[in-house]
Amino acid sequence: MENFEQFLAKWPRERRARIAENATEEQVLVALRKDTLQPEDFLVLLSPAAAPHLEDLAQRAHELTLRYFGRAVNLFTPLYISDVCTNQCRYCGFNAKNTQPRRHLNMDEIEAEARVIADMGLQHILLLTGDARKLSSPEYIADAARRIKPLFASVGVEVYSLTEDEYRLLIAAGVDSMTMFQETYNPELYDWLHPAGPKKDYSFRLNAPERAARAGMRSLGVGALLGLDEFIQDAFCTGLHAWWLMRHYPGVDVGISIPRICSHEGSFDIPHAVGDRQFVQYVTAMRCFLPRSGITCSSRESAFMRDHLIPLGVTRVSAGVSTAVGGRATEADNSGQFDITDHRSVEEMTAALAGIGYQAVVKDWEDPTTTHA
Amino acid sequence: MLLTVNGEQGDYADDLTVAGLLDQRGHDAAVVVVERNGGIVPAADFATTRLEAGDVLELVQFVGGG
Amino acid sequence: MEDKFILGGVELKSRLFIGTGKYSADNLIPAVCEASGAEVITVAMRRVEKGQQGIVAHIPRSMRLLPNTSGARTADEAVRLARLARAAGCGDWIKIEVISDVRHLLPDGYETAKATEALVKEGFTVLPYINPDLYVARACVDAGAAAVMPLGAPIGTNRGLRTKEMIGILIDELDVPVVVDAGIGRPSQACEAMEMGAAACLVNTAIASSADPVRMAAAFRAAVEAGRNAWLAGAGAVKAPGEAAEASSPLTGFLR
Repeated sequence: MENFEQFLAKWPRERRARIAENATEEQVLVALRKDTLQPEDFLVLLSPAAAPHLEDLAQRAHELTLRYFGRAVNLFTPLYISDVCTNQCRYCGFNAKNTQPRRHLNMDEIEAEARVIADMGLQHILLLTGDARKLSSPEYIADAARRIKPLFASVGVEVYSLTEDEYRLLIAAGVDSMTMFQETYNPELYDWLHPAGPKKDYSFRLNAPERAARAGMRSLGVGALLGLDEFIQDAFCTGLHAWWLMRHYPGVDVGISIPRICSHEGSFDIPHAVGDRQFVQYVTAMRCFLPRSGITCSSRESAFMRDHLIPLGVTRVSAGVSTAVGGRATEADNSGQFDITDHRSVEEMTAALAGIGYQAVVKDWEDPTTTHA
Repeated sequence: MLLTVNGEQGDYADDLTVAGLLDQRGHDAAVVVVERNGGIVPAADFATTRLEAGDVLELVQFVGGG
Repeated sequence: MEDKFILGGVELKSRLFIGTGKYSADNLIPAVCEASGAEVITVAMRRVEKGQQGIVAHIPRSMRLLPNTSGARTADEAVRLARLARAAGCGDWIKIEVISDVRHLLPDGYETAKATEALVKEGFTVLPYINPDLYVARACVDAGAAAVMPLGAPIGTNRGLRTKEMIGILIDELDVPVVVDAGIGRPSQACEAMEMGAAACLVNTAIASSADPVRMAAAFRAAVEAGRNAWLAGAGAVKAPGEAAEASSPLTGFLR
């Protein structure tokens, strides 16, 4: 079977740009009326021609979100268990060249951190590590998942790309979801952004979600780091990636994350900064294209922006976030992967959601075959 | 010899070929497909395929259908 | 705009498939073929009766035959009928029809998928007739079906697109052509199927049972073409009657 990389080759950069540039207002209005959007329609909704119709997009996105998700928003929180990293991603605070102190939690520390999170009332947790295969090996991640699984309904991972067998190892340890940000779908830019380290292998990362799906992962998340490449390019490819995964793995729940680049330790000039209007266009076009897909918005975004994005399509937000390793239960003096701008606790987030007419859901799924402590 | 043709048993002359059977029954060999004891007899072999006592034959052709 | 219809590696110009059953006289068929513009025509396979003429003599040579496996109650019987049909020397296209419930005449999805798998392996171009069930359709596509043929309503009922929502899901989800088969009673219903993105329609009873089959064939031809054109053109941006024209409160007012 054709993999996503081969499928994406049928959508070369020039073709995407041409359709977006030539999009007409008429095409935008037609796309807004369709029951089912094709990739071309999604591209039209992301195009400059759709920008003047942002309110129409928002209304449609709002209606679809209510229809498929109701007034419920899922909460989760990240748990960084190691920031030791061998990559040199130019935009990232964990870049191997940064001289900050690193931490690598042992199993007892991981459990202590996890207990604090569980005590906050959260049931969905996302484990994150830097890319250091020797130290933070797949076995280490699996051990961590196995250790904390009794405390949570769902354990997800956002770690470096693994092989299909390694994903099986994580699933056997209780992991049910994986998130993989491609960062950018532009291979040349990707190569420049990742000067060294295992992450340099674009294809291995691009096809990672599919390997996880083959391994039997229940839920996948994909996303581009907005701001690296031209908006239209990575915005479109992210939706196309999710769409393709859904068509080929209909039993897998595919969601989208919408990270927008922000400042970090070290300096990085954001090549194609995405403004708020464009960001809203992205979320609403994505909702129209993939009406049943969860959209995750992290605490990179402000409380103001997140609260306003929820009616437009965001269905999952983090709360009680720390992007530094440790720091909840254990001593931590290291800095985080990126600066968070929404510092709300679980309680504050729950209250804020209630204030805009939404219920915070801490558990929307649990594997019926596992036991819960 | 006894043959079963389209579910009906009948007595046929010995030394009969498929082509001979079709001709005897008045069927157009150009449009009929013959199945003999569960296997298809290629049209090119109609004239040379000799039937044997006890053979079960199905003679089918295209008819109207949707 | 180019609108190619490729099925089983063959490019077809007409998106209307017709049948050969239930005509008051088989000698109407050439004129129906002509008026319909169809290139694909279905036939069934049965035991020859003494003195009975086959249907092939009435079908113009230019038509592509699509034999069905009607009469089959299991996958094995469908496979047998398909092999017999191929031995007739009219190509390797086959419409799989496996029906074991003689009251409702609904296709058996499980047996149909099994037959599809077996016949694809034997090199047939397989078009399974199915209930518009996504799982059955996927099983057939995974087995190598060239298209799927979901029913619009129980066979022969002429009740139109009773399964419209489900057919819509197949059209959205599958990478093979979706040919609506069975149930289409009026040209407007064929048009509706094409408008929603069906690749083609198969119409037999509605043409054959008309008082004027040739004229009805022409009507279906026009309807299928109209529906296809409408789909290609894309639905308009006009709001439906009664639909809220303006939103009560702006959702993007927070952006400055």
